[in-house]
Amino acid sequence: MSVPPASPARTAPAAPDGPSATAGSPAPDPAERPGGQRPPELAPRELGRWAWRQLTSMRTALLLLLLLALAAVPGSLVPQQGVDSIAVARFRIEHPDLAPWLDRLGVFSVYSSPWFSAVYLLLLASLIGCIVPRTAVYARALRARPPRAPQRLDRLPAYASYESAETVDAVIAGAERVLRARRFRVDSHAGTVSAEKGYLREAGNLVFHASLVVVLVGVAVGSLWGYRGNAIVVEGSGFSNTLTQYDEFSAGALADAASLPPFTVALEEMTADFQTGGSQAGQPKSFEATGTLIPAPGADPAPFDISVNHPLTVDGTSVFLVGSGYAPVVTVRDGAGKVVSSGPVPFLPADSSYLSEGVVKVPDASPEQLGLEGFFLPTAARGADGVPVSAFPEAANPALSLFVWRGDLGLDDGVPQSVYALDKDALSVVEEPGGGPARLLLRPGQTTPLPDGLGSVTFDGVREFARLQISSAPLAWLPLTALVVAVSGLLLSLYVRPRRAWVRARSVDGRTVVEVAALDRVARADTGPDLDEVVAALRAGGHSDRRDDPPATDGDRA
Amino acid sequence: MNPEALAELANLGVATATVALAIGWLLHLAEWATAWVAARTAQPVRVGAPAPTEERTRATATTDHPADRLARAGLSATVLGTALLAAAVLARGLAAGRVPWGNMYEFAVAGALVVLVVYLGLVVRAGIGWLAPVVTGFAVVVLGLSILVYLPPGPLVPALDSYWLVLHVAAAAIAGGAFVVGAGTAALFLVKDRAEARAGGPVTTGVLGRLPTTAAMDRLGFQVHAFAFPLWTFAALISGPIWAQHAWGRYWGWDPKEVWAFITWVVYAGYLHARATAGWRGRGAAVLALVGFVTFLFNFVGINLFVSGLHSYAF
Repeated sequence: MSVPPASPARTAPAAPDGPSATAGSPAPDPAERPGGQRPPELAPRELGRWAWRQLTSMRTALLLLLLLALAAVPGSLVPQQGVDSIAVARFRIEHPDLAPWLDRLGVFSVYSSPWFSAVYLLLLASLIGCIVPRTAVYARALRARPPRAPQRLDRLPAYASYESAETVDAVIAGAERVLRARRFRVDSHAGTVSAEKGYLREAGNLVFHASLVVVLVGVAVGSLWGYRGNAIVVEGSGFSNTLTQYDEFSAGALADAASLPPFTVALEEMTADFQTGGSQAGQPKSFEATGTLIPAPGADPAPFDISVNHPLTVDGTSVFLVGSGYAPVVTVRDGAGKVVSSGPVPFLPADSSYLSEGVVKVPDASPEQLGLEGFFLPTAARGADGVPVSAFPEAANPALSLFVWRGDLGLDDGVPQSVYALDKDALSVVEEPGGGPARLLLRPGQTTPLPDGLGSVTFDGVREFARLQISSAPLAWLPLTALVVAVSGLLLSLYVRPRRAWVRARSVDGRTVVEVAALDRVARADTGPDLDEVVAALRAGGHSDRRDDPPATDGDRA
Repeated sequence: MNPEALAELANLGVATATVALAIGWLLHLAEWATAWVAARTAQPVRVGAPAPTEERTRATATTDHPADRLARAGLSATVLGTALLAAAVLARGLAAGRVPWGNMYEFAVAGALVVLVVYLGLVVRAGIGWLAPVVTGFAVVVLGLSILVYLPPGPLVPALDSYWLVLHVAAAAIAGGAFVVGAGTAALFLVKDRAEARAGGPVTTGVLGRLPTTAAMDRLGFQVHAFAFPLWTFAALISGPIWAQHAWGRYWGWDPKEVWAFITWVVYAGYLHARATAGWRGRGAAVLALVGFVTFLFNFVGINLFVSGLHSYAF
């Protein structure tokens, strides 16, 4: 079926949607449409109105949608500060020429950049500017009567006529019954029945678009009042939910980071299991962290058990297990034999074999400060070129490979530095007596003396650590619930099919000529067959839906 | 049966299904070739010849034209291949003791099955047999390429061990199956629409003559997308975020996979709007449907293989 040749008289101002699905703004008749043509000499107020109408037009909504899709692309190809800050740092080192330009354009934080925000705020304005007037139009349409019949019913895409022996009034009464039984809203007027159904389509459409606004509001609330942070907790130690205990922390502009829920977790055991055989050997099998939780100071401790997909929730804040790793226990003695550093030091896994990198800073060593930097290998093996590698992520054959640095660790400069890296500006590497940097290779329980009488390093053993993510997103249920509502509305707007129908009866030479026509506001294939059924029911006197002999129908079928 | 034997059976099933589908594809290509040759040798149709008044959603009614015989044979091969593939996916699930869509290989195979099931369902309901060369070709290419990411059945990585795997991935796969049918319809619509614009009237012979009218194709495309879009909304914007909230502690984090799922959603939303926008109906909307499909494919192939992110276990 092509677009209906002529739109019938109507009360609602909206033009036929054509095969519309979701809709933006009402599409006025072409004559009313500004169509991008700007009349000369607009007063500011008219200009504003013109701009608003442009913004809320369907065409603009469509272009903004496509622009939003396009604007989202770079954030998936260039690492994002808010998603993976380590990857951003790596990207800056690898692309020193490109990075400053990307910085200027905000490409490292696309989703909070002004240009991305501009697109979605315009889309939001366009969305609201479309929902509000359309809701008013819909409210009027709900109260209005079905539109009057057009003069020439035979010009409509689905049309039939027949002659009846019944009176005009009887035919009209029967038509009202038949159409009401088919859930049409019916209105009679001087030998004509007008009927309309499918009002829920526009309702669903409005609900869908309004829900999207609620989704955006919910997301905004969650990010303004929410917070998220990471902490590494070694077996045998604990984590208290205060700002100082976080390794990384980010909070929304309105979150109160000073008064986080005061719970404490003590990690007893972190278990990471990996596939030991088959083609997927070394793939993670399960992660589990167990210990005790003190929900608030003074409260009774309770055991907890966190695994992937099973977080712990305390007081609106959730604790997730997002990773694991090893913390070798290292004891360092200085030249005088005094213990200057002792305890577990988390090393960060660098690859899927859990080859881990880390440093031990020993500021109290004398005469010079010491820094140890190197690798922890859970299952040490010799690689192809003699470099130690890890063959398996579990600690089956642990080894620690370290280089030793001496000098000033730079901890007193007042500049914050990472606990996972050495600031080597004022450090020099400790060399073997025969030359070349000294490499320590330690097994658990082993102690190695350092060259030049600097002291010794002992590898006491290994503990596992859990990487916990603690986050709170207030009203997280709101955007999700709104999306469920949105999909319900979407289904109505996609599957409810609005239809108008008219029946006109005239008395001609003692016979009653009945004309029946239907118009679908959304193109569909079954208008003709449905019309045939209505005609059959009418000919049966409107008392039954029994199918009579095939009615005489004509007209273009869709 | 033990898991190893089931795994063998699954691999055998995928291999034989691929062969059956490849035969089906060749038969359908032969169908098109026959129609093309028949049109070349017949009298050229006068331009502006009266259009058939009755709209056809089905391809040429069952006459014994050689192209129709080839189409029926191709359909038989496709049904056989689909049955074999369904058995293979079932065996794979039994071998692994879980839903058979736990990694990229399994998702590709299960996805091909969904495409075929959606297609065969619509052959019965809406007579879309004319789409056969596109759909069977797509399935054969996907199954062939899936060898590149083959993994023997095994347990799930911990992040995937959740019942949301069943819902989230199944919804994405079914929506994806419908997107394939929608994209095929949009592509053939564009070809026929252009040919008709050039000829100045309806084309009723040759390969394009075997297709329904452009209006019917446009409508079918809409119906398929109207089915797929709410499902995609559920997969990408509802079940995905809920699962992400459970597994990663945030419902939306602009992970590359999330970004592209969002882009796909936005483009298909654009498609639905385009159908109600003057100047975009028909051709513009069909182009957007194709763009949406390209973003969907890129999310599955490009993002999985070339960009690292939280979804690295690959869907």
